[in-house]
Amino acid sequence: MMVDSADQIMRTSRLEALIEFDAITKVYGEGEAEVRALRGIDFKIAAGEFVAIMGPSGSGKSTAMNIVGCLDTPTSGHYRFGGNEVGNLDRNQRALLRRNYLGFVFQGYNLLPRTSALENVELPLIYLGMQKAERRRLSFEALERVGLEGREQHGPSQLSGGQQQRVAIARAIVTRPSILLADEPTGNLDTARSTEIMNILEGLNKADGITIMMVTHEPELAQYASRLIQFVDGSIESDVMNQARV
Amino acid sequence: MFWETFRLALHAILRNATRSILTVLGIVIGVAAVIAMVTVGQGSTDQIESELASLGTNLLMVTPGVSQQGPGMGGSSASFTIADADAIESELASIRVSAPTNTRILTAIFSNKNFSTSLTGTDNRFMDARDWRVASGRGFYESELRTGTMACILGETVKQELFGNGDPLGAVIRLKQVSCRVIGVMEEKGASSFGTDQDDLILVPIRAFQRRIAGDRDVSLIYASVGAAFTTEKAAVDIENLLRERRNIDFGEEDDFGVMDMKQITSMLTGITSVLTGLLSAVAAVSLLVGGIGIMNIMLVSVTERTREIGIRLAVGASEGQVLLQFLVESIVLSLIGGLLGILLGLGLALFGAFLLNIPFTPDPAIILIAFVFSAVVGIVFGFFPARRAARLDPIEALRHQ
Repeated sequence: MMVDSADQIMRTSRLEALIEFDAITKVYGEGEAEVRALRGIDFKIAAGEFVAIMGPSGSGKSTAMNIVGCLDTPTSGHYRFGGNEVGNLDRNQRALLRRNYLGFVFQGYNLLPRTSALENVELPLIYLGMQKAERRRLSFEALERVGLEGREQHGPSQLSGGQQQRVAIARAIVTRPSILLADEPTGNLDTARSTEIMNILEGLNKADGITIMMVTHEPELAQYASRLIQFVDGSIESDVMNQARV
Repeated sequence: MFWETFRLALHAILRNATRSILTVLGIVIGVAAVIAMVTVGQGSTDQIESELASLGTNLLMVTPGVSQQGPGMGGSSASFTIADADAIESELASIRVSAPTNTRILTAIFSNKNFSTSLTGTDNRFMDARDWRVASGRGFYESELRTGTMACILGETVKQELFGNGDPLGAVIRLKQVSCRVIGVMEEKGASSFGTDQDDLILVPIRAFQRRIAGDRDVSLIYASVGAAFTTEKAAVDIENLLRERRNIDFGEEDDFGVMDMKQITSMLTGITSVLTGLLSAVAAVSLLVGGIGIMNIMLVSVTERTREIGIRLAVGASEGQVLLQFLVESIVLSLIGGLLGILLGLGLALFGAFLLNIPFTPDPAIILIAFVFSAVVGIVFGFFPARRAARLDPIEALRHQ
């Protein structure tokens, strides 16, 4: 059961939950130094949802996010992506999954230094093996979508933090991923910039139907999400729909 | 995809231009040294061959002493006489012409100038055997040769030293205590590949030399020019047989003289140059190895420095193979740049060296190709380990790296 067919995933994802965690555990280290980051997590995320993951530091929310993002593998349990078991794929299969279906936005933007906004956005498309003209077109579109038209040739050092994070969002959505994973996307920004970013994410979710999973520890930002999952000590404490938004 | 990777590599290299240049310096120097060595070595081999050919590949040099290859093997055995040289020419059908010579180093004096040169006693057959003409004036008269008159023919260098641009014909110079009238000047031959100036000589009739300068009847070197229809091997055997007979060497005894074939000398000298070239190139190749290690070192530093970049690439979906390729291509491009610079520098040095040593500049496309391929191989070999390290980074760890 490999992830070798894009159609397969896209077909099944409409039928079942896009993301399914079934008794996922994650243990770091061994013996005395053993850390149980996740102690049997279950949840499902359907296509089109905007889920906020909340919880104190060390509650396992980032670990869960990394597993969803196929950057990490669970110690036990089942992780199904679009109905397919992906928890025990090898490195290259996980890379393929990230390339085709996942988009990442990090707290620290993580843009390539000394590389223009346009080239940063193009990066995932290069790994998809797309031709240059097509890459350019999609990258311009994505940058326009986050309101950065005219800044395509600026490098990260010429952009403000908010603008850098918008470039990162453009890079994450340029491949039209099944889900956008945002890890504290406004953690380095002031309130006004944070609101800008959240409005963009909300727009991507509502208008473009992009599924979003966001880790945050600011309750006011979580209000943009349609569903709130609260982590405590490697377990889910609560999982509620956001009445204000639904 | 490949073009992208190549462009990316170039981008990364140019981003750190100074460091890149310092990194490839080892490769540049290694390749340049090999190219320069081989090219100059080839040039001097060609030079030796063409010079010895100009000396006459059909020339045999006969010296007294135990038969051994190589010049300067004159031993304690008895010298030749003019009669030996005459006999070689008249009795052997395979020898077209044979010239007796004897040589001393002494100082030639004209007015207030003096110049140390080599004085050779010989006759007109010397010019014939060496295929060397008198440029101005004349050769020796039969009467001068027979009576041993001190008549001098100057080499171009001696003429320049003593007379400058003046006309030496008819002037009287002093050799040791003997005065000597200049009757001619030889045409210019230039320096030989051994650095000796062939034009640094004075010719006098051999009888005059024996009587007035040397005080003996010796002939220390006989030039013998082989007839067109004969091989030098055949002619050498003829001379050997004749001289054994003339010198009363019993059957089974060793020759007490040597016959040197210019062909043998050529192959010996070019052999020496090839060995030297090979040795020096091997030493130079070591610096290629050192250069490769330099590239590996800097690629490892680069991987550490760019851990976060690698994390980003992995996060957006780069596979292990793609990251590996990126860093491998980077080190290959780096070492190829070094290789290209090295080839250019090496050819430049060789051109300069050729000009300095007055030898032909004959770059060998094969060695250039080898240097190019070798630098690519250095890039692959020494780039693989750092590239693999980059490819195997854990994306989470890499993204956390500051």
